[in-house]
Amino acid sequence: MGMVKFIEADGTTHEVEIADGESLMLAATRNLVPGIDGDCGGVCACATCHVHVEPDWSEKLTAMADDEDTMLELTDARDEQSRLGCQITMSPELDGVTVRLPFGQH
Amino acid sequence: MSASPSLAGLNPGSPQAFVDGSCNEIFAKLRADDPVHYCPESEFGPYWSITRHEDIMFVDTHPAEFSSDAKHGGVLIMDIFTSELPAFIQMDPPAHTMRRKAASPAVAPNNLANLEGLIRERTAAVLDTLPVGEEFDWVERVSLDLTAKMLATLFDWPIEDRFQLTRWSDLTTTIPGVGGIVETEEERTAELMRAGQIFSELFQERAAQEPKDDLISMLAHSPSSRNMSPADILGDMLLLIVGGNDTTRNSMTGSVLAMNRFPEQYAKVCARPELIPGAVSEIIRWQTPLAHMRRTATQDVEVHGKTIRKGDKVVMWYFSGNRDESIFPDAESLDIERANVRRHVSFGFGIHRCVGNRLAEQQLRILWEEILKRWPNPGQLVVTGDAVPVPSSFVRGYLRMPVRIGA
Repeated sequence: MGMVKFIEADGTTHEVEIADGESLMLAATRNLVPGIDGDCGGVCACATCHVHVEPDWSEKLTAMADDEDTMLELTDARDEQSRLGCQITMSPELDGVTVRLPFGQH
Repeated sequence: MSASPSLAGLNPGSPQAFVDGSCNEIFAKLRADDPVHYCPESEFGPYWSITRHEDIMFVDTHPAEFSSDAKHGGVLIMDIFTSELPAFIQMDPPAHTMRRKAASPAVAPNNLANLEGLIRERTAAVLDTLPVGEEFDWVERVSLDLTAKMLATLFDWPIEDRFQLTRWSDLTTTIPGVGGIVETEEERTAELMRAGQIFSELFQERAAQEPKDDLISMLAHSPSSRNMSPADILGDMLLLIVGGNDTTRNSMTGSVLAMNRFPEQYAKVCARPELIPGAVSEIIRWQTPLAHMRRTATQDVEVHGKTIRKGDKVVMWYFSGNRDESIFPDAESLDIERANVRRHVSFGFGIHRCVGNRLAEQQLRILWEEILKRWPNPGQLVVTGDAVPVPSSFVRGYLRMPVRIGA
């Protein structure tokens, strides 16, 4: 069990508990965090769980697979910190990870 | 696994089944007994049908194996004139990625937030002209008019000329002669060529002006689309018109039909308007305004135990995926509180997922917010006769639907 911090585009912060192995997208939708849609249910097929991972945490993440990279190309305002929340799963070293949410998912 | 004898040769793409409603039973049988089904001979030529939700997800998320490219025939079951149009829906990466990125900002959440007030204003104005206590055609008075106004808004097109846009949309999807709006392919081509000239002129005009937030201006100024040929411009314009027209129009009509067929859901949304966003997704699932998208296999691929050969036509039946009971229990019924309501495949998934999905949801949400403000009682919008279906296995929609607003 760990903790993840979601910061909405307007600055509102949500800290939610997350089990090891659970994705950030599921933790957000399970806790009704606004700004994460997760339309496809977590199979990297819709890009509606776009997050910007805070720089301190980026290097602790597993590398991005090709399909995630492809889907991220569809998002608005992609940057160096962009990832899909469904592709980040919780592990002890990610306890406390902080991500910023875009204005909206598309 | 081979098809049971009763299913061998079955052609689920026959428009008749969508008119008489037998498509429900046909796809239920296919999902159960032959989920990846081969039809060796039909008016569309030979093709595969993908009918289960999970298999549709597989095909839709493997664009390298299943091409959308116009050179293979594009994205519709029928190979018609429009399959040659260079629109990004019928391109593969990397061309698709570039062209889609140019159009995407116009329908991104921040731009849509700016449009919220205008959409609400136009929706309210249309609803305020409706007669109370007498029958009228919901398709003509509401669905068609509202979606046409939305297109005019997005393109910064003269609002009084809005039905020119929907005419071009109808021309793009019609099959000439068969209940179509033109008799021959030549007529259609000539009319669309004129559309192409008009759009090219408008494109050049906007390119010469300062950038604005309408779609044509965005395309005319974006580095990845500003050098598009007249054919490319026509292709993208028709794609965006069809995408924004038929689909939302028919979901708007379907929303009233669905609420009438499931009065307990109608009562629920009246009592708890905060359920409108869920209702919108569920209506888009239930209606499935586009019944299918087609791909072409670029190599031999195994799907659900069947080998699809390189070059084969593959039809993903979104309508069937949205009726898959393993994902949506009691799938024929409208249930606005379904936990997984957003997993419907009406927008497709993967790289070709509908670029206007949030705009469609916004228009439907605002429509129902404004309906319930005016007519807050369950069943107050009464469907008083048959909703006449469009004779198509692509567009699942309605030509007419009589409605009366009760007291």
